[in-house]
Amino acid sequence: MESVGSIIMYLVIALSIIVFSVLTVTTRKILRAATFLLFTLFATAAMYFKLDYEFLGAVQIAVYAGGIVVLFVFSILLTSHPGDKSERLVSKQRVLGLIAAIATLCVGGWALINRCGQALVSLPQMENPKMHAIGEALMGTGEYQYLLPFEAISVLLLACIIGGVVVARKR
Amino acid sequence: MEITMIYYLVPALIMFCCGVYGFITRKNMIAMLISLELMLNAVDINFVVFNRFLFPGQMEGMFFTLFAIAIAAAETALAIAIIINVFRAAKNINVTDLTKMKN
Repeated sequence: MESVGSIIMYLVIALSIIVFSVLTVTTRKILRAATFLLFTLFATAAMYFKLDYEFLGAVQIAVYAGGIVVLFVFSILLTSHPGDKSERLVSKQRVLGLIAAIATLCVGGWALINRCGQALVSLPQMENPKMHAIGEALMGTGEYQYLLPFEAISVLLLACIIGGVVVARKR
Repeated sequence: MEITMIYYLVPALIMFCCGVYGFITRKNMIAMLISLELMLNAVDINFVVFNRFLFPGQMEGMFFTLFAIAIAAAETALAIAIIINVFRAAKNINVTDLTKMKN
């Protein structure tokens, strides 16, 4: 049985995720879309905090909200005027998008209800993963330890930096 | 009321569908990228929720999400570099108007 505060917290998080993600794709001003994306990401971070993954929530806020959204806002301001509205959707496009979205919803929802027999398990007890354990798992080479992906990510980020510089430099 | 796993998966599913809708209907490249971020984020939530409910105490889903966030950041940075380059060349980032590379 969950406490009342936990249920209220859950409702706030779930509602803000749903409302802000719908607003992100339906608003016609693109800067507002970026702002609503920021709110969605914050709500996601709150969900991670609620599920006891504090480190992940902190990473979500630092990388997504602190890095990616700022990048989005910069590039929006570079490529369009802030007051611009996107043109009104033709009904054909909207119908096409709605069909795709509803098809995804149906398939996903069907799989969730039918195939996911454990979808109704309640929250098991867990200790929050300690920073020490996270660091060990990230830096070790044994079983369930992740040094190789960590290094692969570092090489990927290096390639990404070089690629970004090469693509965006003045010719 | 007991908050079970499905209560966390349904918002993620709706978020993913919003991403699909936005990716199809948007014309602006940056808006499409924003929809893509929504989809990635929904998948991240799924990893974390499955990890938390079915395998508590282990950290596989958490690390997968961690690496997915890092890759999303890299991918966004590169995509924005490309978009800015396209904008510099064509003064426009609407996908319907960018047809020059086609024959």
